[in-house]
Amino acid sequence: MINAELLRKDFPILEKDFGGSRLVYLDNAATSQKPKQVINAIVEYYSSYNANIHRGIYKIANKATEAYVSSKEKVAGFINAEGIENIVYVRNTTEAINLVALTYGAKSVKKGDHILISEMEHHSNLVPWQLLAKAKGAILDYVKLDSKDERLDMDDFESKINKNPKIVAITQVSNVLGTINDVERITKIAHEYGATVLVDGAQSVPHMKVDVKKMDCDFLAFSGHKMLGPTGIGVLYGKKEILEHMEPLFGGGDMIAEVTKKSSTWNDLPWKFEAGTSNIEGGVGFGAAIDYLKKISIDEIFEYEKKLTKYALEKLKSIYGIEIFGPKDCVDRSSVISFGIPGVHPHDVAQVFDSYNIAIRAGHHCAMPLVNEVLNRGAVSRMSFYFYNTKEDIDKAVYAIEKVKELFKIR
Amino acid sequence: MEENLYAENIIMLYENPHNKKVIQNADTMFHATNPICGDDIRIYLKIKNGKIEDVGFDGEGCAISTASASLITDSIKGKSITEVEKMGAKDVIRLLHVDPGPARIKCAMLPMKAVLSALFLYDQKQKK
Repeated sequence: MINAELLRKDFPILEKDFGGSRLVYLDNAATSQKPKQVINAIVEYYSSYNANIHRGIYKIANKATEAYVSSKEKVAGFINAEGIENIVYVRNTTEAINLVALTYGAKSVKKGDHILISEMEHHSNLVPWQLLAKAKGAILDYVKLDSKDERLDMDDFESKINKNPKIVAITQVSNVLGTINDVERITKIAHEYGATVLVDGAQSVPHMKVDVKKMDCDFLAFSGHKMLGPTGIGVLYGKKEILEHMEPLFGGGDMIAEVTKKSSTWNDLPWKFEAGTSNIEGGVGFGAAIDYLKKISIDEIFEYEKKLTKYALEKLKSIYGIEIFGPKDCVDRSSVISFGIPGVHPHDVAQVFDSYNIAIRAGHHCAMPLVNEVLNRGAVSRMSFYFYNTKEDIDKAVYAIEKVKELFKIR
Repeated sequence: MEENLYAENIIMLYENPHNKKVIQNADTMFHATNPICGDDIRIYLKIKNGKIEDVGFDGEGCAISTASASLITDSIKGKSITEVEKMGAKDVIRLLHVDPGPARIKCAMLPMKAVLSALFLYDQKQKK
């Protein structure tokens, strides 16, 4: 069982006094807060073994290399990957997806080919494919959403997979709707049609058990900073046989085996894709983040957040005049809730929340086609939870909504 | 200067905006949007002898941009083009009686930008 009150004590920012009140942080889909274990790991690295990794002969260089490599082992274990050969460190989810589009995508997609994504994609899993389609003269198709509960329309998916897309790129969890997509089923069908599958795990890996072997996806992209780690470190998981045949995106130090004036050969996986000095502090901090998550168990996190989300949905549904986007129940749903108060602009909602020291996000959440063209809104407000949030946090958010309604005379 | 961004005057102007109207035979108009937050405003200007004779706006926006549009349109009516062209963020903050801060100043400035862009287009047209 998760004891959020106890775990919160590990997070200095959640314990901090903001002029008499504590921060109610409900913007976890944007980035998570960091526990002292992660902050301390980074401080420890810089104060006791800061050195560049690989090929160092001296002790602290070995220690830094070991810490960096072991963080990849932890990540591999966390998502049930074979090993560190599958784990390429990048800056974030966006960079991971761009890497695939610019290397694997650029080589395999030809003029007239199809690429299949969905209407609920974050710009990070949309714009790279749009660019690729444009460059190659390929066609970008979107799986529609079911108008009733804003889940993927699987009939539409089946009809579009018939066009034999080269690549299918789908998010596992929507950062706006909170919908959990059945990526296992999608991957299975896509593979039957010969497509390569990339799963955007930015909103899933931090909150639920993700098993790349079970899912059988070819690529998985996610970010460290949404799961307690520092910013600037993210992961591209890829199947070994696919990564082996991919050309590197960047050339430089560390990614080579041998260089002559005429040509070069590439280093082993995953280093082939990591040119130049790595984000060592990022790797070290991310390793500490995975340790922390493993200690409290990802399955427990999922169950706890499910309870919180159920509580929040019930509370929100009881407020007159509020609209909730995405699934209204807790089936295949994560802890992201977007909502609107008709008559009040989401930015005004977020501003009033801030006056009670409650952090939520308002806008298009980097999913403009979804918000503008599917939900038909200019913007929506969003609260998103993590395991350190409590029912009390939700009560405060509900109180803030009542205050918004009062201020704007909504009845 | 007010501390509270949502002082009564701003909420009042959000609910009952001033000059919210389409001017069909406007001499110049401009459509300004802020795609980040979804604010969307059109400014219409009637100009006579180098002065703003009438002004209207419509569109969808947050409380800050809507209140700001009301106050700006009230303020520029009757002013000369050259006077209006000198207006900037400081004037908008003075009209609002509150500094909306770095995150929201773009909401407050959107109608001002629309007015200035409409005047720019008007100037271009006059030069032809």
